[in-house]
Amino acid sequence: MGLIDGRFEKNVATDAVDTVINLGRAYSLWPVAYGLACCAIEMIHTTTARWDLARFGAEVFRPSPRQADVMIVAGTVTHKMAPILRRLYDQMPEPKFVIAMGGCATAGGPFRTYSVVQGVDTIVPVDIYVEGCPPRPENLIRAFILLQERVKAMTIAKSPRSAEPPIRIGASA
Amino acid sequence: MSVTDAQLMTINIGPQHPSTHGVLRLIVQLDAEKVVSCTPDIGYLHRAIGKIAEGLTYEQFLPYTDRLDYLASFINNHGWCMASEKLFGIEPPRRAEYLRVLLSELARIESHLIWLGTHLLDLGAITPLFYCFREKEMIRDLFEEICGARMTHAFCRIGGVRDDVTPAFLPKVREFAALFPKAIREYESLITNNPIFRARTRGVGVISAEKAIDYGLSGPSLRGSGVKWDLRKAEPYAAYADLDFEIPVGERGDVYDRYLVRMEEMRQSLRLINQVAENLPAGPVLADAPQFLRPSKAEFHRNMQAMIRYFHITIHGACPPAGEVYAAVEGTKGEVGYYVVSDGGPKPIRVQLRGPSFVNLAALEEMAKGQYLADLVAIIGSIDIVLGEVDR
Amino acid sequence: MIPVQRDIGALLVGDLAERLPGAVRQLTHSCGECSLHVEPAHLTQVARFLKDEPSWRFTFLANLSPVDWLSRTPRFEVVYHLRSLEFNYRIALKVDVPDQTLSLPSLTGIWRAANWLEREAYDLFGVRFAGHPDLRRIMLPDDWEGHPYRRDYPLAGRAAQ
Repeated sequence: MGLIDGRFEKNVATDAVDTVINLGRAYSLWPVAYGLACCAIEMIHTTTARWDLARFGAEVFRPSPRQADVMIVAGTVTHKMAPILRRLYDQMPEPKFVIAMGGCATAGGPFRTYSVVQGVDTIVPVDIYVEGCPPRPENLIRAFILLQERVKAMTIAKSPRSAEPPIRIGASA
Repeated sequence: MSVTDAQLMTINIGPQHPSTHGVLRLIVQLDAEKVVSCTPDIGYLHRAIGKIAEGLTYEQFLPYTDRLDYLASFINNHGWCMASEKLFGIEPPRRAEYLRVLLSELARIESHLIWLGTHLLDLGAITPLFYCFREKEMIRDLFEEICGARMTHAFCRIGGVRDDVTPAFLPKVREFAALFPKAIREYESLITNNPIFRARTRGVGVISAEKAIDYGLSGPSLRGSGVKWDLRKAEPYAAYADLDFEIPVGERGDVYDRYLVRMEEMRQSLRLINQVAENLPAGPVLADAPQFLRPSKAEFHRNMQAMIRYFHITIHGACPPAGEVYAAVEGTKGEVGYYVVSDGGPKPIRVQLRGPSFVNLAALEEMAKGQYLADLVAIIGSIDIVLGEVDR
Repeated sequence: MIPVQRDIGALLVGDLAERLPGAVRQLTHSCGECSLHVEPAHLTQVARFLKDEPSWRFTFLANLSPVDWLSRTPRFEVVYHLRSLEFNYRIALKVDVPDQTLSLPSLTGIWRAANWLEREAYDLFGVRFAGHPDLRRIMLPDDWEGHPYRRDYPLAGRAAQ
């Protein structure tokens, strides 16, 4: 009440354009459905009733990357899959973000083999790394919230790619 | 009616697709809406787990088996432990065998729940997913209770299980077992007699018993065609020989029958869980095999010989006699097999992981020929594949 | 259900000695299971016999696994694990892959399950299966060079890849 009392008689509010746009972007980050391996199961758990990622704005997982804002790479990326990952990332419209979920997406996980890409950041720029094998749903939610903080700190005056270094969320965070 | 190649339309499904249950790519040739051919292109999750095994000791490799069928990790661990125990000549204690049954059946229910939720999601019904995951979370809590991990537990160990269960575990299992029958009834009330579900699954994706055996199908995909084959009865392992349970079979070998088989399997798993919870024998949970298994920490601190053995096994690894073994367990998708060859060293020289989903997926084209494109989605769901097991 | 019978090796060898003399080189045992060592030239006949013979009916090919013995001659062997669902038998067939050709006859005409299993063996080990309807890579991209499960192929891959 105190916030709006006596301020909006003429139904006009002023604030920075950035704040309004970022508010819309941060609270409706729609992930692209990109579960690859075991982490995908924890990602599905994060969207179901107990952890409910939807309350943070990830209302729907879009099958098409053209309708998505964030790519949660959940699982191991192999060399065979890598071009497809890149193509999906390229198909996402700006501003777009990447969360590397789990040990495999972060650095190849326990699979130091001929077929596994040792970290998805060799293919796409990553904003948040979530460690764990698989990370708990709480960790993924934390990643999401930190991503929202990032988005709210962006400005339309500059290119969407954030100049800040990516954040790592440890398994014990 | 013959159709020339020029009239066929080739479409690509996946590897990023909501209904392929992972990174599966299908190259489908269509004559209007009917599937003429459907060729799976796999390998998008090939992580060379079988080759990794050649560089690790038997104990070190155990956590990798979790990542094969990651929906029912315990069963994969169990198969590996059984293969290793046969090579080493170790017999797990009775309590461990019963606990293995209990945890395997919990894993089976968990896997069938995710199968049910995602299968129905593909067919357009969103509600069952949330209902199934409600119970699935309870099972995850049970696993978290005993080992701290919600999935990929590595709890089954060579010689038994990692630790005895906590005092709170069995009461929680009984709680779950008391309310789960109501949950199954709830799913069935939504699905089994639903006219849309029946129209989409009855007579769809039929495979005859003879072809199913020839394709090497196993698990509910085989039993849906009327073949009463289950490794828990055919070559009883762990404590299954002491327990009562039925093997449900279907009749027509269509998607609907495979659904019915899995629903009944959940009930039978619950039956097994109840029996184990009532009759869990007392005793140790890890075999006493000082040549191959590390002694307990208590022994380590008390006994010089135990300390030496502990260090030796940790640094060099335990060496089984030279030989080979093919050990198989009844996984949630079918026969999970481990063919392990030892040359007497601490690491195996060859591990072949038989993933039931890999073998079952080969029958997809057979089941999908002549069906509509929409049926293809139902058929993939009914085979119940997990790509970790297909690509290994 | 009929209890599983694993120790049928001697009976089977006797039967095969009558019907297909010279096909079975050796019978070995390990961890309670029997393995028949079969000559590659006789593989198809033995497989056909095992599947069709009414008293054996090994209709289920459970597993097909190449083994790379590296320093042995011949280097590779392929192990087939068979089941008879009717009688609940289990047996393993072992065949040495001739070093010159690195090829065995394909068994896709006998067990459809052999189709993908043989493709996997070809992809990862380089063992060819003559008569296979579609012998191409299954796990790795089509343009991959080398057969990674061979023991002289490094786990972390070759730099050239």
